[in-house]
Amino acid sequence: MTYIAKPKLHHPSLAPNAAGYTRRDYEGKISTLCAGCGHDSISAAIIQSCWELDIQPHRVAKLSGIGCSSKTPDYFLGNSHGFNSVHGRMPSVLTGANLANRELLYLGVSGDGDSASIGLGQFAHCIRRGVNMVYIVENNGVYGLTKGQFSATATKGSKSKRGVLNPDEPVDLVGMALLLRATFVARAFSGDKKQLVPLIKAAIKHPGPSFIDVISPCVAFNNHEGSTKSYEYVRQHNAAVNRLDFIEGREEITADYEPGELVNITQHDGSILKLRKLAVDYDPTDRIKAMNYVQERAAAGEIVTGLLYLSPEAADLHQYINTVPTPLNQLGTRDLCPGSAALEKINAGLR
Amino acid sequence: MKPTDIAHPDYFHKVVDCQWACPAHTPVPEYIRLISAGRYSDAYMVNWKSNVFPGILGRTCDRPCEPACRRGRVEEGNVEMRKPTSHEDGPKPEPVAICRLKRVAADNKDDVTARMPKAPKQKNGKRIACIGGGPSSLTVARDLAPLGYDITIYEADPKAGGFMRSQVPRFRLPESVIDEEVGYITGIGNITVKTGNRVDSLKKVLAEGYDAVFVGTGAPRGRDLDVPGRKEAANNVHIGIDWLASVSFGHIEKIGRKVIVLGGGNTAMDCCRSAKRLGGEDVKVIVRSGYEEMKASPWEKEDAIEEGIPILNFLVPKSCKVENGKLVGMSFEKVKAEYDAQGRRKLVPTGEPDQYFECDDVLVAIGQENAFPWIERDAGIEFDKWNMPVVDKLTFQSTNPKVFFGGDAAFGPKNIIWAVAHGHEAAVSIDKMFNGEDLKERPLPAVTVMSQKMGIHEWSYDNDISAALRHKVPWQDQKLTLKSIKVEVELGFDAKSGFAEAQRCLNCDVQTVFTPRLCIECDACVDICPMDCITFTENGEEAELRQRLTAPSLHPDQGLYVSETLRMTGRIMAKDEDVCLHCGLCAERCPTGAWDMQKYLIEMTHAGPGCRKPQRKAA
Repeated sequence: MTYIAKPKLHHPSLAPNAAGYTRRDYEGKISTLCAGCGHDSISAAIIQSCWELDIQPHRVAKLSGIGCSSKTPDYFLGNSHGFNSVHGRMPSVLTGANLANRELLYLGVSGDGDSASIGLGQFAHCIRRGVNMVYIVENNGVYGLTKGQFSATATKGSKSKRGVLNPDEPVDLVGMALLLRATFVARAFSGDKKQLVPLIKAAIKHPGPSFIDVISPCVAFNNHEGSTKSYEYVRQHNAAVNRLDFIEGREEITADYEPGELVNITQHDGSILKLRKLAVDYDPTDRIKAMNYVQERAAAGEIVTGLLYLSPEAADLHQYINTVPTPLNQLGTRDLCPGSAALEKINAGLR
Repeated sequence: MKPTDIAHPDYFHKVVDCQWACPAHTPVPEYIRLISAGRYSDAYMVNWKSNVFPGILGRTCDRPCEPACRRGRVEEGNVEMRKPTSHEDGPKPEPVAICRLKRVAADNKDDVTARMPKAPKQKNGKRIACIGGGPSSLTVARDLAPLGYDITIYEADPKAGGFMRSQVPRFRLPESVIDEEVGYITGIGNITVKTGNRVDSLKKVLAEGYDAVFVGTGAPRGRDLDVPGRKEAANNVHIGIDWLASVSFGHIEKIGRKVIVLGGGNTAMDCCRSAKRLGGEDVKVIVRSGYEEMKASPWEKEDAIEEGIPILNFLVPKSCKVENGKLVGMSFEKVKAEYDAQGRRKLVPTGEPDQYFECDDVLVAIGQENAFPWIERDAGIEFDKWNMPVVDKLTFQSTNPKVFFGGDAAFGPKNIIWAVAHGHEAAVSIDKMFNGEDLKERPLPAVTVMSQKMGIHEWSYDNDISAALRHKVPWQDQKLTLKSIKVEVELGFDAKSGFAEAQRCLNCDVQTVFTPRLCIECDACVDICPMDCITFTENGEEAELRQRLTAPSLHPDQGLYVSETLRMTGRIMAKDEDVCLHCGLCAERCPTGAWDMQKYLIEMTHAGPGCRKPQRKAA
């Protein structure tokens, strides 16, 4: 952390986006996390993404639980709505908020403790139900706030800072998200914003449950030799399947790529995601193969990153349960209290 | 790009834009910090060491440091958005008021007499003559007298000070300040000032057996006007610099009611403002060029306008009108600027009718020249085709190895701070000469490097960046100032506003120093940097690399600090120095200490043991 606030002065060329805000306008308070924390890079990536997408800050709700990761919503989008829930309960609060008002952008920010330990059930059900959100797990494999115990995502056999080997199997959040049919699943590394920012942008634009597992090294407790979530280890074992280069509107733009290098995925709103292939034959629209591939490479000691799965036919909870499209706070008494005749009709239907 | 060689003194010196731009390389941020700390005497001495005349320069300097100041660039794109306050056109990006802060140090210091150097009892046997008692000669005397040299200064006027005393009007620079700062030098000892002693023969001076002679006689000849009627109007047409000198020494106390000042330089501004105080009710400045191209410093033009003096542009003097043997007015031809293919400006008549202005007196301030009628052409000094002495640009030595030149006398009219810089260099040459050394071997500046880290996120300097706009120096009431030539116009910052202005300084001498082997490429510095200065990317050629920075490179003349290849990714760190706030947040957010804030104190080498080759002492 630092004592001084980040100076308001900015680079002379800093420009406002179509919404009229500069990138600096999407910042929050100055971070109180340890210097070098990967989480701060993720915050910066979220800021960059929201600026690039011309998002209106007051149309965003950022929700989190407890932990280092869950502190971060204070450090970005200072003019957005925020909710710090009970430990591990962010998915429920997010689901409720989303049901009440589907017009906001829901940004769930959680950590490996918050989502893979105490909130594992919440995480699973929220994905399973298909809530339209961006669910980011800032995954460092360690309980930083309590001085560095292994978390549920720590690799079996990895070494703690004190030299202890982890005897437990890790919870694979990407595997679970694929299994439970999140319609957008990605993994990224906090130290590579060129990869992370386009993924967050695509997730924000994706009309369904999007899950991004971001490996985010804990500089204080999990950045040593023997760790599998250190800057050095992740860089050495990072196997990106693709690079998301850009998202375009309806009209396709041809860029200079060799044939076969690009995968175009057209989403049902007509937007096109252009992916530059890094792993030959990796098809990010095939969920079963994706699950196999990630497991296979994990067994070989690699960390697969990139856009792992995207369902072009995304749908969300509101469609499944056929809710009213208008946010609840905009419904009038007439809509909410349709009168005794309507009640009679409903009652009759139940007899 | 090759990794930046930060061990070379020039790299970080260039980052301290103000110090780099100052001809005498005054350590500006260092003295500004001392002002913030209320250590005015220390701030004064830091200045005194570099520029010799802090109190004088704090009022009159041409301040090349300020256009260079990083603060001006940093506020670009930031302050325009703020609501207009006291400034008429709304706030605009402005540098730190470096010059006027120098005055804060001078005004608020304690008695510094005891801190001044003293000449040693034992003289070194070398006698040096300084011809002219202006800033360059006085600098030579100050640098050499404490080393044991015996200095004799020849001054034509009744008091030493040269241009500072004779031409800068008293309402800008009180006599007491000149007396004080000239006194510090003559007080060193071993310095004899022969006032009222105009040298008319260099050979005569050389014949007196001096070991070296320094010529600091300035550019004493004001250019005259050559138009019909000039001769007939002689009584009322005055050469600007001569007139100013006469005013300074009290020989002239009045001027006509209507005054025309010809010329667009700083002398013209001093003339018009002086005329306004000596009875000129209708004073106007008439200039050949446009307003923007005028040679006067922007603030001097603004000050004249502030005092109600109109500046009329694109008018070329055509003739003086004389009636009954007395000047009554002047005619001017209206011109416009045209530029040829090479971008050279030409003033061409517009064809409009000539303009006529009534006047009682004309002050001619259209330039000044060097003049050396007193240097015999057989004194061993070579003169070039412009009749200027041939002087070495590095050593200031003429073709007569005993004779050195400096200040305006060396390379034509400049200003006080350049004269001081010349004086330092000439003194180094003279000292080296008498120690049997090669004058061309100029020592590098002395550099001290010190980390400013005091704790995890505490620094020995104030790294919180002030958002304040430039503070305006308060002025004395115009009712008082326009009445007397001796009432100083500027009141100077008081302690409070001086502190607030000092806080605008970005401490550019506290450098961001990067140690590549410690970097784990976590991006923390990139994320926190408020100015987007830092980039981690693949190496490339400079021009191409500048295209790939986090924020656009706006000034390619500003340094690009490039690290060696980083261990993990093979990338490099590239930092654009241009708009860095030196806030130290990169170093605070760095988990491994790869970034550190280190103060680079760069001090120029002056005459003395430091300018000579290191001597091996006997064991």
